[in-house]
Amino acid sequence: MTTMDKKAEDLRVVGTRPVRPDGADKVTGRARFGDDIHLNNMLHGKMLRSPHAHAVIKSIDTSKAEAMPGVRAVICGKDFPVIEHKMVAQGEAGLADMRDISDNCMAKDKVLYDGHAVAAVAADNPHVAEEAVKLIEVEYELLPPLMNVRASMADDAPQVHEHSFPGAFIAPTEAHIANASRIHMANGDIEKGFAEADHIVEREFNTETYHQGYIESHITTVDWDSNDNLTLWTSTQGQFEIRDNLADVLEIPIGNVKVIPMEVGGAFGGKDRIYLDPVAALLSKKAAQPVKMAMRRDEVIRATGPSPGAHIKVKMGVKADGTIIAADYHLAYEAGAYAGGPIFLGVVSSTSRYNIPNLQVNGFDVIVNKPKTRPYRAPGAPQALFAVEQVIDELASLIDMDPVDFRIKNLTRSGDILLPGFPLAPLDTEALLQSVKAHPHYTAPLEGENRGRGVSYTMWFNLGAITSARLSVNPDGTVHMSSSNPDMSGTRMTLAMQAAEALGIDVAEFSANVPDSDSIGFAMPTVGSRTTYSTGIVVIEAAAEVLAEMSKRAAMIWEVEPDSVSVADGVFSSGDKSITFKELAHRMLDTGGPITVHKTGSPQSFIPAVAAHIVDVEVDVETGKVEILRYTAFQDVGKAVHPDYVEGQIQGSVVQGIGMALNEEYFYDDEGRLKNASLLDYRMPTSLDVPMIEAVILESPNPAHPYGVRGCGEISIIPPASALANAIHDAVGVRMDSMPMSPHKVCAAINNKS
Amino acid sequence: MSKRHHVTTTINGEESDFLCEPRQSLLEVLRDVLKLTGAKEGCNDGNCGACSVLVDGVLVDSCCVLGVEAEGKQIDTIEGMAVNGELHPLQKAFLEETGMQCGICTPGFLMSSKALLEKNPQPDEAEIRHWLAGNLCRCTGYDKIIRAVQRAANEMAGEKV
Ligand code: FES
Ligand code: FES
Repeated sequence: MTTMDKKAEDLRVVGTRPVRPDGADKVTGRARFGDDIHLNNMLHGKMLRSPHAHAVIKSIDTSKAEAMPGVRAVICGKDFPVIEHKMVAQGEAGLADMRDISDNCMAKDKVLYDGHAVAAVAADNPHVAEEAVKLIEVEYELLPPLMNVRASMADDAPQVHEHSFPGAFIAPTEAHIANASRIHMANGDIEKGFAEADHIVEREFNTETYHQGYIESHITTVDWDSNDNLTLWTSTQGQFEIRDNLADVLEIPIGNVKVIPMEVGGAFGGKDRIYLDPVAALLSKKAAQPVKMAMRRDEVIRATGPSPGAHIKVKMGVKADGTIIAADYHLAYEAGAYAGGPIFLGVVSSTSRYNIPNLQVNGFDVIVNKPKTRPYRAPGAPQALFAVEQVIDELASLIDMDPVDFRIKNLTRSGDILLPGFPLAPLDTEALLQSVKAHPHYTAPLEGENRGRGVSYTMWFNLGAITSARLSVNPDGTVHMSSSNPDMSGTRMTLAMQAAEALGIDVAEFSANVPDSDSIGFAMPTVGSRTTYSTGIVVIEAAAEVLAEMSKRAAMIWEVEPDSVSVADGVFSSGDKSITFKELAHRMLDTGGPITVHKTGSPQSFIPAVAAHIVDVEVDVETGKVEILRYTAFQDVGKAVHPDYVEGQIQGSVVQGIGMALNEEYFYDDEGRLKNASLLDYRMPTSLDVPMIEAVILESPNPAHPYGVRGCGEISIIPPASALANAIHDAVGVRMDSMPMSPHKVCAAINNKS
Repeated sequence: MSKRHHVTTTINGEESDFLCEPRQSLLEVLRDVLKLTGAKEGCNDGNCGACSVLVDGVLVDSCCVLGVEAEGKQIDTIEGMAVNGELHPLQKAFLEETGMQCGICTPGFLMSSKALLEKNPQPDEAEIRHWLAGNLCRCTGYDKIIRAVQRAANEMAGEKV
């Protein structure tokens, strides 16, 4: 088969900006999200959640709830199968302990965080269910809560779990102390490195827990039918992960479970696991009716997500000529109530950008009495970069070097071996930083008091992982494209565009869908900036097979050798004969039947991408409020399939990054109760808080993809916190060692200085 | 279960009636009783704007209005925004400017933007940002939403963009 690779200048569809196919239903309110399912005879489920951060469940009395009119089923932890602690592969997401996943869906013996599910009710309507939940009586024996990594790692800290495997999100950690496991990586000779340094900077940072903040809550509807087959309608990043986890937790055959993915109202990493699903399933089984469960917003904040808080120490040494000679990082990240937070990705992202000959990092995955952390867009990276990129800025100013030149001098480049041991795949890291320097924003005058400019640079990676797609040619020349990955922000379009490019036809000929788990091959969820890149490759491979089959059909019609048929831009030809894609599709049924190609693959992982941001701020020294005056984000996306969507990913990432940098945090009281579980008090950026975000797209092709595409969905959430911290320093001369950099902290830092 | 009330109202220009309990919000009535699921629930406490509708021309969070309060009122929802299958200029502009990603916030932004342009047909960026600050979007960073509203305003004013 001929190569499907295309150079940028030969692309016809990829790089254009067609209007998305699901858009019309979204502007008319017709798109069907998780909560838009209404089944006949459907009940509504509600959860009772723990008001305590850490406690033993002594007893649960559900009798009053059961007696309430309109209540059809009540369950608690004892209704779940007792499953062993066992680590189960989650594809390239690593391993997870199924017992932990079950316990997180509903506590059995112990509650481990404020909001931990304890019991649930299904009733005729949600109000009755909520009233019944209040009638459930639970007796607790309180235990002291551990609310941050330092408390959990203290010598005298009580052990939270009697049994806990080390974490294994993406890569395993090793057993270390009671509440923490560890990753250690090093190269060179760290002591010798610091001995050679002309300047050493050593700093300590803290970051708080924050949430993904998707506007659609977690919602699932489950029908456990009389044949013990389960159908789920749910809002998820991965219909297969939900299916398989559910089967494991309920100890039922995977073949009995079908998951129908609905439109996803935002996820950002937080909707790749089961929460409500097994609970709704058991309620449905008990009541013999379908059950819908939807979390209230306070439940979403108390019991799902979040992204970890962290305690970070950074020590870096630089030579007078600008060479970073040594670095030592200590990254202690919250895992939440169960092991397996994003510490490995904190380690990778903090060590991959610069060539540092003597480098060591100790990463810790720490159990705390908070909800189990889930990935949030570039999980683990913003925390580490908040620390490291501020120290980089400080080192550059110590040796009086331009901060971008300093970064260029120390950059990792294609082929360099990164700390985890793999080489950096091809991309032009220097071109990105040169474009920062060349951009008018970098040199624009910034006048006025208390104004400052900051930059930050980051690297992130695309996951490859198993994925599936199917192309079906219709007799009228239109094509159905099914892809295994839930579409979170336009991937039906970006995949159809790649298929159209490969087939040589117009993207308007496509109808694109994401089928249920029965109707397409397995895939890892939509995570890790992978769908447009990874499923894109599989779609292009499927298109190559469609073209090969159609060439055979043309050869049959013309009675020539199939090898003599060539195809370009949707026209098949051999000698002086030619036929269009559409005409040939029309002949499909009388030349051998339907043409449907189903393809699975597992494209390469750790495809790198880079981004750098410039931000201008003005700090109000009276209130500590940071106003963003101008923001420019540079990102290398390999090839922008749909530039509007790429800009949208960059802009959305930046604003989420601004939110975590300046505002967003969980406030717990001394007993470990969350005090700000609403969108009023958990304050995400509004349109008033941010300016327009200029997105500068760079395209250094990714050789692992036929059109050079890199995933673009995550990376730009990483730099805002450190770019803003550097800008604040430039504006008012203080180093911010705590994220979020909320007004009271900025004020305190300014007051401490003077 | 508390007693249900009979409520007569006008929804998207058509007379309508429904039964609802006093504790049911207008959002719940629209979505669960009338099966008009275009208005979305993001918070159920007035902080996200996903449930925005117009009551007698006034923009409200329908999660913070009771269903029984709809008695005798004119309710406008996203389902009534396109007329005879023709998208409203705001709807077109949100499509063309990619003013959405996941789309869960989109009906709310469209209703809010519509109310804005009815009040102020040529808002500047600051006015748009101020008006839309009651609607949360976690996906877009607002940039393309603001541009979509500007574009619709220009188109409605008969100007070329
Ligand atoms: S659901 Fe009404 S404001 Fe959020
Ligand atoms: S488009 Fe997803 S919340 Fe706005």
